[in-house]
Amino acid sequence: MKTRKRTRFYSEKFISAILFACGIFSVLITIGIIFSLFSEAVQFFLRPEVSLLKFFTGTTWRPLASKVSPDNFGVLPLITGTVMIALISASIAVPLGLGSAIFLSEYASERLRSVLKPLTEILAGIPSVVYGYFAISFITPLIQTIFETWLGIDVSFFNALSASIVLAVMIIPTVASISEDAIRSVPQSLRAGAYSLGATRFEVITKVILPAALSGILAAFILAISRAVGETMAVTIAAGATPRVTFNPLESVQTMTAFIVQVSFGDAPSGSINGQSIFAVGATLFLMTFIMNVISDLIMNKFREVYE
Amino acid sequence: MIAKEIEIKTESVEMNTDIKHRKRIGKLFLILIIIATLIGLVMLTVLLVDIAVKGADWLSPQLFTNYHSRKPEKAGMKSAIVGSIIVMGLTGLFSFPIGVGAALYLEEYAEKNLLTRFINININNLAGVPSIVYGMLGLVVFGRMFGAFSADSWLVTTFNLPIGETALGGLEFDLFGLSFLHLKFPFGRSLLAGALTMTLLILPVVIISSREAIRAVPNSIRLASYGLGATKWQTISRQVLPIAMPGILTGIILALSRAIGETAPLIIMGAFTYVPFLPESVWDQFTVMPIQIYNWITLPQEDYRIHLAAAGILVLLAVLLSFNAIAVFVRKKLEIKW
Repeated sequence: MKTRKRTRFYSEKFISAILFACGIFSVLITIGIIFSLFSEAVQFFLRPEVSLLKFFTGTTWRPLASKVSPDNFGVLPLITGTVMIALISASIAVPLGLGSAIFLSEYASERLRSVLKPLTEILAGIPSVVYGYFAISFITPLIQTIFETWLGIDVSFFNALSASIVLAVMIIPTVASISEDAIRSVPQSLRAGAYSLGATRFEVITKVILPAALSGILAAFILAISRAVGETMAVTIAAGATPRVTFNPLESVQTMTAFIVQVSFGDAPSGSINGQSIFAVGATLFLMTFIMNVISDLIMNKFREVYE
Repeated sequence: MIAKEIEIKTESVEMNTDIKHRKRIGKLFLILIIIATLIGLVMLTVLLVDIAVKGADWLSPQLFTNYHSRKPEKAGMKSAIVGSIIVMGLTGLFSFPIGVGAALYLEEYAEKNLLTRFINININNLAGVPSIVYGMLGLVVFGRMFGAFSADSWLVTTFNLPIGETALGGLEFDLFGLSFLHLKFPFGRSLLAGALTMTLLILPVVIISSREAIRAVPNSIRLASYGLGATKWQTISRQVLPIAMPGILTGIILALSRAIGETAPLIIMGAFTYVPFLPESVWDQFTVMPIQIYNWITLPQEDYRIHLAAAGILVLLAVLLSFNAIAVFVRKKLEIKW
């Protein structure tokens, strides 16, 4: 009896140790990400052909050029391409997502909501390669018709606008669900107070609920940009592979993610300058999204605290 | 006196027209947000119709029986479909024990201390890391194993390991001399490396959804089990886990259905675009459906770029849909209501 009790005690200890190992495993993933990205990135920056300063300030990105010089490793074209696409898609997705969140939480009946919400969420479940296809098979020809045929403005087949539009569609559900959380966390008493003062529904929403939910909406905006920055396949397919500093969305650009894919397909051997350059770009991408996610998290926690 | 009355009257009249105006603005606003809600759904419909129209005629049994070919009418995605199935199967196999284990630890064992808070924040942050970054992680950790098996590495020179002749080096041997326990280090561009990369990618989501399922088990069940003299693990394995299982499975299936459409991590990790054979072991090269579709999209001929790609997408979406249907089925059929 005693030995049975003892084995049971030790097996309990053993199991809890295994479960603890599983729990700590996620921390190992983070360490792995940081270590693998930054160790390769550091090796990249230690090369004589590269300079850290020129990497972050240079406006020419030609890593595949035959002449390897620090002037060809300026990451700004990739960053501006990425940021332009992310900003355009977030400015499309936020009004749409916010509008749909207001409709679903303030106007729609519970039944209508239970139908519309899952339908909208399908948008987030469609693979990004499918959005990439949709961009070049439908959106780009549409943009070309509107701008070239009707307005007479030149549009390149691969362009940032087309990528931004499909990205916007992809992140609408994210924006909508965070905005809805923010709107729902506004206490009912504030609504009731405004109504009793004679405000219409529109006035309650725009003058009471939206200001109260503003931080949540800001968090949604930042998260939307972060999502768009990290998105890969749709922008790789639709926006092209021309790294350049431009703010014209009708031109072809290259995003950071698209560059990483391009090099990976090119079979760059490990240890080569190209093989390492994707880690420098990847580390930059990781830092950008990480900072944005943390800011958006902080803002969200703050608005939760205010009303709880 | 009279002047005052008039004043009040005019004011109230103003209010009247004002309320009409205000309500009109409200209606306009309602129309705008209804449009905002519908734009997403319209886009979804246009997308599905566009793909169906362009791909329906190309949807043939050849997609399932043929490999990619230089003639579009003969090209299929056999190796990609098989690759996707194997990668997803292995990913589910790997992520289930680790994910559920981590969820059990955090829900049932972890004390409320700094470490637990750190793990929680960490998991939430991991869920927001772009998928392409996981591809780079997989490439370094599984694909190359930090270069630990190359000719000039510390590990190889110290233990004098018999590595391969190629530039990458690499160690191959049969564990315990058994041929079915053939091992290769590093994992390279193999199915195994791909599945492990995908496991890391979906693990945060699996942990989060498993935790929710475990948290939903009422505490009275645990207390009753303890009351009968059961130990902690007996309570968890015989009471909590069986009750939470439908929720856990639903979460994993949904996570896998997201993973099956993921392209970027596997491209970075080193999956191939053209694989004209079926894999025979987890050490073989592979491709998956979204990579095959991407490959077709980038080809210049319209038959590939527009039609075959759309047909491939239809297959991919059908697989996705069936995954989701299974998840709904599991939740509806097996869930215990309290």
